[in-house]
Amino acid sequence: MSDEMNDEMQLIVDGKRLDGRKFDELREVKIETGVLKRADGSCYLEMGNNKMIAAVYGPREAFPRHMQDPSRAIIRYRYSMAPFSVDERKRPGPDRRSVEISKVSREAFELVVMKELYPRSGIDIFVEVLQADAGTRAACINAASVALVDAGIAMKGIVTSVAIAKVNGEIVLDPFKEEDNYGEADMPFAFVIRDGEIKSIGLLQMDGKLSYDEIRKGLEMAKKGAMEIYRLQREAIIRKYSLEEVE
Amino acid sequence: MGEDILSDIKRDYVLSKLGEDERVDGRKLDEYRNIEIETGIISKAEGSALVRIGNTQVVVGVKMQPGEPYPDTPDTGIIITNAELVPLASPTFEPGPPDENSIELARVVDRGIRESEAIDLKKLVIDEGKVWIIFIDIHALDDDGNLMDASSLGAISALLTTTVPAEKFDTGDNYPLPVRDLPVSITSLVADGKILIDPSRDEMSIGHRLITITSDQKDNIVSIQKSGSYHLTEEKFYELIEISLTKSKEIRDMLGKI
Repeated sequence: MSDEMNDEMQLIVDGKRLDGRKFDELREVKIETGVLKRADGSCYLEMGNNKMIAAVYGPREAFPRHMQDPSRAIIRYRYSMAPFSVDERKRPGPDRRSVEISKVSREAFELVVMKELYPRSGIDIFVEVLQADAGTRAACINAASVALVDAGIAMKGIVTSVAIAKVNGEIVLDPFKEEDNYGEADMPFAFVIRDGEIKSIGLLQMDGKLSYDEIRKGLEMAKKGAMEIYRLQREAIIRKYSLEEVE
Repeated sequence: MGEDILSDIKRDYVLSKLGEDERVDGRKLDEYRNIEIETGIISKAEGSALVRIGNTQVVVGVKMQPGEPYPDTPDTGIIITNAELVPLASPTFEPGPPDENSIELARVVDRGIRESEAIDLKKLVIDEGKVWIIFIDIHALDDDGNLMDASSLGAISALLTTTVPAEKFDTGDNYPLPVRDLPVSITSLVADGKILIDPSRDEMSIGHRLITITSDQKDNIVSIQKSGSYHLTEEKFYELIEISLTKSKEIRDMLGKI
């Protein structure tokens, strides 16, 4: 991330990003609802070269029993990367990064799931990264949101996530692998969206170097990107559930 | 169960005071507790510090040893940060492997040091295929709230007093570890539309609604971590950045004296 590195890595050429995108342009997002038979809700999502699959089980009896809360459901979120999802094989099982991502992602979903409707139960959200190309935590959250809707879990809103980055001094939306590796900063957001509007920030992390003004610019860009993803999440859900109505 | 009732009473008390812009320990909303930093307290470590923020106490030790670089970064040294929330520090800490809270603590401290580029990792190469590994170990002793900032302060203070143990490993003379920036993290509790800087344990009874903002000497933000399940508005977020930048300067002045 030093200056020498930036000179070597030219990530923006003629005002365009290496993959041809504009600064505030998302990668292509594909979402499919209800792709797993056994899970109560599921979703397959692609975001550029990212491929992830989310499954929701529950509300079901929470185990172990001492974890149960008599007044509300407990939510578990497990972010996991497949060993083959990255260039260098990743050792299976949770590493420290996955534990942290799972924690902050769960905290975002706890804001929208109406836990008090499901006392003593557990709602499990499992997300597997099949192929990683930066922005996996955001893509997983977007998939998990759709899977929760597919499972029929009552929610006060939907969670939609996207990251911004700084590369070659420019703020860009939804960085891909090279921008993430050689960029100067990375800032993932997850927003709570209700009635088609962003209500609050549910997840926020950042590392790198950003000025106050760059953060403001990044947040504006992230909000715009999140609304685009939100529309795709909606479409994916409607695609699956509107068939009966049409007939 | 008894503790639950007590914490309910505590929460009501904290909230009722907060309604009048007051805090239970008499501080102003943007007032930090008293900070004390002692360095060089562990002579077996290459660098060490004991940090007290009010009653919160954390010891940080730095150990260094030569080792192999990561294959993808052969020309840079390595920082490994670990945090132990040992059971002696709080009735709620349990023995066992690090849980998500201690992992988060260690990773946020690590990002502050790393992203501010306080340590020039390129200078930690000994030979081809041989670099210095810096272990930053955070040991919480007493959790009276805001372990995060105490740990960050402890880490940078310990690094500031670290001697590279070159003689021990036959790689030349010992020399002080070069530190070129002073990252400072500021943790706040966001509640009821108010921002409480440096929350105490009692104040945490209103909920785990934290955000840690770390900045460097040039007022760059180098790390942000929202921790806890709560709605953060855009306006509050910007206010938090401004407060954190102001407060971090006061604390950085203390570090300058080490």
